[in-house]
Amino acid sequence: MADKILEVKNLKKYFKTPKGMLHAVDGVNFSIERGKTLGVVGESGCGKSTTGRVVLRLLEATDGDIIFEGKNIRMFDKRQLRQLRREMQIIFQDPFASLNPRMTVSEIIAEPLIIHGLTKNKKELDKRVSELMEIVGLADRLVNAYPHELDGGRRQRIGIARTLSLNPKFIVCDEPVSALDVSIQAQVLNLMQDLQEELGLTYMFITHDLSVVKHFSDEIAVMYLGQLVEKAPASELFKNPVHPYTKALLSAIPVPSLKNKKERIILKGEITSPINPEPGCRFAKRCPHADKCTNANSQPVLENIGNEHYVACHMVNKLM
Amino acid sequence: MSKKELLKIEDLSIYYITEDGTVKAVNGIDIKLNKGETLGLVGETGAGKTTTALGIMRLIPNPPGKIMSGKIEFEGKDLLNIPEEEMRMIRGNKISMIFQDPMTSLNPVMTVGEQIAEVIEIHQDLNKQEAMKKAEEMLELVGIPAARVNDYPHQFSGGMKQRVVIAISLACNPQLLIADEPTTALDVTIQAQVLDLMNNLKEEFNTAMILITHDLGVVSEVCDKVAIMYAGEIVEAASLKQLFENPRHPYTLGLFGSIPNLDEEVDRLKPITGLMPDPTNLPTGCKFHPRCPYGTDICAKQEPKAIEIEDGHKVKCLIYEGLVDAEVKR
Amino acid sequence: MTSNVAKGTMTVEKKKNKKRSQWAEVWRRLKKNKMAMLGLAILTILVLTAIFADFIADYDNVVIKQDLVNKLQGPSAEHPFGTDEFGRDIFARMIHGARVSLRVGILAVGISIIIGGTLGAIAGYYGGKLDNVIMRVMDIFLAIPSILLAIAIVSALGPSLMNLMIAIGISSVPSYARIVRSSVLSIRDQEFIEAAKAIGANDLRIILKHIIPNALAPVIVQGTLGVAGAILSTAGLSFIGLGIQPPAPEWGAMLATGRPYLRYAWHVTTFPGLAIMITILALNLVGDGLRDALDPRLKQ
Repeated sequence: MADKILEVKNLKKYFKTPKGMLHAVDGVNFSIERGKTLGVVGESGCGKSTTGRVVLRLLEATDGDIIFEGKNIRMFDKRQLRQLRREMQIIFQDPFASLNPRMTVSEIIAEPLIIHGLTKNKKELDKRVSELMEIVGLADRLVNAYPHELDGGRRQRIGIARTLSLNPKFIVCDEPVSALDVSIQAQVLNLMQDLQEELGLTYMFITHDLSVVKHFSDEIAVMYLGQLVEKAPASELFKNPVHPYTKALLSAIPVPSLKNKKERIILKGEITSPINPEPGCRFAKRCPHADKCTNANSQPVLENIGNEHYVACHMVNKLM
Repeated sequence: MSKKELLKIEDLSIYYITEDGTVKAVNGIDIKLNKGETLGLVGETGAGKTTTALGIMRLIPNPPGKIMSGKIEFEGKDLLNIPEEEMRMIRGNKISMIFQDPMTSLNPVMTVGEQIAEVIEIHQDLNKQEAMKKAEEMLELVGIPAARVNDYPHQFSGGMKQRVVIAISLACNPQLLIADEPTTALDVTIQAQVLDLMNNLKEEFNTAMILITHDLGVVSEVCDKVAIMYAGEIVEAASLKQLFENPRHPYTLGLFGSIPNLDEEVDRLKPITGLMPDPTNLPTGCKFHPRCPYGTDICAKQEPKAIEIEDGHKVKCLIYEGLVDAEVKR
Repeated sequence: MTSNVAKGTMTVEKKKNKKRSQWAEVWRRLKKNKMAMLGLAILTILVLTAIFADFIADYDNVVIKQDLVNKLQGPSAEHPFGTDEFGRDIFARMIHGARVSLRVGILAVGISIIIGGTLGAIAGYYGGKLDNVIMRVMDIFLAIPSILLAIAIVSALGPSLMNLMIAIGISSVPSYARIVRSSVLSIRDQEFIEAAKAIGANDLRIILKHIIPNALAPVIVQGTLGVAGAILSTAGLSFIGLGIQPPAPEWGAMLATGRPYLRYAWHVTTFPGLAIMITILALNLVGDGLRDALDPRLKQ
């Protein structure tokens, strides 16, 4: 039995909207092994970011269990939650919006240390801040710079330093490189990989970029309208995608190469509304195999098809 | 496909003169585009891609922007030397542009039909009814039922809005379509739909296109020719096949190394070190030399010229002038 | 989208290890605005005059001491702005009047920013029922013309400098509450607030360290313009006798007492009137300049 740092069971998050209940996350199950990376992919509105926030209790779950290091953190009170913040952290997508424009680099990195009283005096605080800056590759002379003076890549490094200041074990990375240029994106991804190796971090890596997720993750979960449709080790998923949505998603990636151009599967229509979804398979309306599916009115569940590969589709036996 | 030259840009330079200094956004670029061809203009933030596009449209905000030098010949006419009135008749008619964000490029208080009809009325001698009828045809063409002609933009999803934008830009059957990151704001499956649509329409209308993007994957799906921009210069220009099979500029190679490859497993990506240069204070000599793995002393002094290393494949790097001894490889 | 290219690359790395806050940036932009600098210069002179009023003119012996022999004299070398109906030097009274006007203006605005800002911040941050209750009460206040409200408050509390400030301050609380609420609403949903929650910051810290510093800009602009409004209201209330009581000098009150002599002693009303006008003009120039300097969209 592997050492699971996080286990999520039947997680649900509904939002009340004027039009009805929005099922952002609807019965999601997964677990992450210590020191590994789970990639969560899906298109906008599929509930991947909400899942990340619910796991961290930045949003309160509607139902389900979140087991972190053996404890159900959904039951945690305010004081326990504050302690938990030191263990579980988040890196945000937008390095422009996630830093307070009125605070300097050192103030931003020092804030978590001050809140949790992790350093005894100013001298120790300054030392820790410059340590963190060195770890993420920020030059010392930038301590008093403001975020608006820096480029996207550096800002994201500040965000990473702030996240690391509390020595977390588990980090939710919510599209950490989507807002960056490709050459900078590669720098930040490499930094995050180095940190994972050195500090033994566990990542939940949320992204819409399938090439990045394949490069970065050990295991990948594909989300569609609040539910997991497929979950498998990264290379297995790319080699042998089974769910029709995963197949379409993978075929839609524009590959920067002229060789082995795959036949694209162009899905009809767009993601349907997650507000008061009808029971049954949520992908049925866009599914190229829907006419052959006899069971579209009942909801498919994730089934293991071997090699730690899970698929939620009624047609799974015919598609393999 | 006729091999007639449609657009010829020579030595175009565009600066933004601000209180913080002069931003040299575009520095002497040359572009040639034939009828029906698609050129991918690739680069990172601040490379000067959008400024180039706005320059062709003569929409550079002035002040602070200023076209310093160069020629933009479109159908044999220098666009920089015609009166604004004449330019207005070209804009949206012979040259049209698609912007990145479909959410903000549509007017929220007009129906999509009215917005398509508007551009038709301006440039074609049609009355309102005829224009609306044409608008319905355009909607069908981009895969939206004509019945939705009286709907407002907020009733459409992102991908559908971008289709409407495409319908507007193609309504007057332009000779040249400039698309500025047309699919960046869209999800992959929707991006695939839109790229597919653009490919079909391009063939149907024989429209030439300049596709501005940072995504080499998108380029490989749509373009015939590619120009890689860095710090306001085109550092490498080639046919699609030449660029993808035989990239020669160290920056182009850096871009390829930065993208995770789906077919190969690598432990670490090979990013380009350093940052984009400050456009108010560009490096001397070759603008890429501070980040270049092959950079030598001479690179800081001498500005490279564009060297044609094979038919139609130009590279701006001193290695190909024989001044730097290095072998560029992936 | 005008010049993404230019903006995107404007993130110039500062080579010096020195704090250059956004406020320094604002000051740099403000300095370029000539009209705003003119306004600021006038204000500086006014403030200095108010502070050193006692050195320029003695209060007991010059400002309030009557000298009926010399009443209603025109401008001369001895009395540059002439004398009023009790023979007091108008120049000296105006200098001490600046003290009253500026004090009322600044303190009244201070009161309304503190009360209105707090209410607006609470309403914006917590939202829901609390927001509804606070903002409906503010709406009721807004429905009453502010000068009438101020008159009612002064009439109830009795005319005095302090009551005047309270009256004017309270009557403009709703506008500050609205401004602060709307900027808090837009800041509340930004990612850096969520980031602060993620590192375990409590509500008080989030409001004080993250929201208020970012919500200040519009309040500063409104506040500068508000001081002008408060000075005008003070003058108005004094003019109708509810403000500063004689013999204390106040520009509005001076205007009121000079009214009967308008035909043959123009200087009694003209100079205080000009002072009010110039002060308000200066404040408005500075306010407009600040608004432009604080607006990042006008950065280029």
